[in-house]
Amino acid sequence: MTTALLQARDLRKHFPVGRSMFNRGGAVVRAVDGVSFDIMPGQTLGVVGESGCGKTTTAKLVLCLETPTDGSVEFDGQPLGTLDGAGVRRYRRSVQAVFQDPYASLNPRMRVGTIVAEPLVTHETLDRGRVDARVAELLGFVGLPPRAATLFPHEFSGGQRQRIAIARALAVSPKLIVLDEPVSALDVSIRAQILNLLRDLQQQLGVSYLFIAHDLAAVAHMSHTIAVMYLGKIVEIGPAADVARTPKHPYTQALFAAALPSHPDEARDDMVLAGEVPSPLAPPSGCRFHPRCPRAMARCATDEPGLRPQADRRVACHLYDDPSAA
Amino acid sequence: MTEPLLELRGLSTHYESARGTRVTRAVDDVSLTLERGRTLGIVGESGSGKSTLALSIMRLLPPAARIVGGEIRFEGDDLLKKSAREMRHIRGKRIAMILQDPMASLNPLFTVGDQISESLRVHEGASRSAAWSRAQSLLQAVRISAPAARMKEFPHQMSGGMRQRIVGAIAVACEPRLLIADEPTTSLDLTIQAQYLSLLRDLQRDHHLAMIFITHNLGIVARMCDAVAVMYAGRVVEAGPIRDIFNKPSHPYTRALLESVPRLTDDNHGRLPAIDGQPPDPSAPPSGCAFHPRCPQVLDKCKTQAPPAVTVAASHTARCWLHLP
Repeated sequence: MTTALLQARDLRKHFPVGRSMFNRGGAVVRAVDGVSFDIMPGQTLGVVGESGCGKTTTAKLVLCLETPTDGSVEFDGQPLGTLDGAGVRRYRRSVQAVFQDPYASLNPRMRVGTIVAEPLVTHETLDRGRVDARVAELLGFVGLPPRAATLFPHEFSGGQRQRIAIARALAVSPKLIVLDEPVSALDVSIRAQILNLLRDLQQQLGVSYLFIAHDLAAVAHMSHTIAVMYLGKIVEIGPAADVARTPKHPYTQALFAAALPSHPDEARDDMVLAGEVPSPLAPPSGCRFHPRCPRAMARCATDEPGLRPQADRRVACHLYDDPSAA
Repeated sequence: MTEPLLELRGLSTHYESARGTRVTRAVDDVSLTLERGRTLGIVGESGSGKSTLALSIMRLLPPAARIVGGEIRFEGDDLLKKSAREMRHIRGKRIAMILQDPMASLNPLFTVGDQISESLRVHEGASRSAAWSRAQSLLQAVRISAPAARMKEFPHQMSGGMRQRIVGAIAVACEPRLLIADEPTTSLDLTIQAQYLSLLRDLQRDHHLAMIFITHNLGIVARMCDAVAVMYAGRVVEAGPIRDIFNKPSHPYTRALLESVPRLTDDNHGRLPAIDGQPPDPSAPPSGCAFHPRCPQVLDKCKTQAPPAVTVAASHTARCWLHLP
């Protein structure tokens, strides 16, 4: 049993909202509310869920862009809360990110070579020649010619820009890359190229990914483990193939049933969820999914189900409380 | 009643640069047929011309664009011969459209009730009160709860899914025969998308609507459409009944596109069969068949001569030299 690269335990992030200056008694958005997961070395954790489920806040917590309200993140056995300034810098170097929109994430006034070299300049002290050599090597990793270093981002298509963003993330040899919707802004024929590139790089370099996307098939294809989030909580987490093929939580079932078919003849049980995701400002009592759940029981409205082991995975649902009920 | 509802014959729409020196063939010799009550999917990547095609049918093109040839026969008449005034009576009444971003199609300064009533009053001369009560029943039809209260609300008070349902209510208000939906669910969450697609299906059945679905998402096509046309660089490279296209894609681009999409049911966690290269720049498409630089089965002929549309099976055509001896 290898140990996890990153362990999140009971992670919470609450944002105060309200008018008063000190928010006395004001409302709180529980964007992430008690989330635990492990990211294994060289593996991918996929996070799926709809808007407002807290997946992007989770990513920000992992990236150290937000401080958790409660809970802990351990990286390589070191709790992030205990790191000093130099420790945080080391952590930021080990964890990099690629975002959705490659038009927004690259500075239009910098040449590609400078963009890719920037993490090297901030995190390492290399002489000019070695930086240039490293940039050429990185561009090679992502399938761009060395000449690309002298050009500006606008001279590249969306898919090529995403390659540049990946090269930049790889510059300081991170152990973990957070991929927040890395292919959603790209054309269909380009998505497969980028997904393949990410897989190849993982095999070559042993890097771990936290992969966030709303395209369930892409997440299932890329991930070793999938976590399904709903209103700030993980409702189901387990091996990707099992979660995708036999979802257990009613929300996961509805989510995967709502995924579009890949063939017109694909057998499907038409399970269209009623209602919309409630406001995270006032999440429902008990199980947060109960007002929309087709299998809700009386106690779902009052008792919040814990995330309990269920065969190979963990599920937060009262349906699985009693083995005979499952 | 054998005549199709909509028939495009050799439609070409070009964009011209300010001095007329550069011409972009956004839609190039497109012929398509849509029967009453059926759904046609138009699939393509950015720059393939699918949205320009939709705007051409509505005759809502930007000033730089010009329809340079072809016919758009709708209910027997050529829409290209209609005056601007006649088109105004057709748009919204006979042909309606749903766009990607509901916030951009709704007016933030008017209540939802006003906006749904508007088309009824303009197109059907309904009185204010009659239009208002029809609008309220339309809100109910698009499954908005408490419609009476919602009628007096403004778009910003609603969620994205609700706004898009309002746009749907406006679209079907005057009982159009054809509904063109351009990426209608791209901005919606997955479970909300499923709700919206099932709503569109019900509206289609209740109103006997024909629909054109413009999308880059093959899953939406598989879920919603009877027939599909695949566009690449302004041309329809393959068109046919939905099952034919998914089971026996005849154009290498269609085949590659279908294979490159990861599937939930797959066990394969290896590499996806990706298409090399980039979609072409619409203002400078490659010579011959526009797909030839990316095509795995390219022939010499493909580089210089554009292939004609070849009938490969009943109402299934593909523009590819592989199907010609």
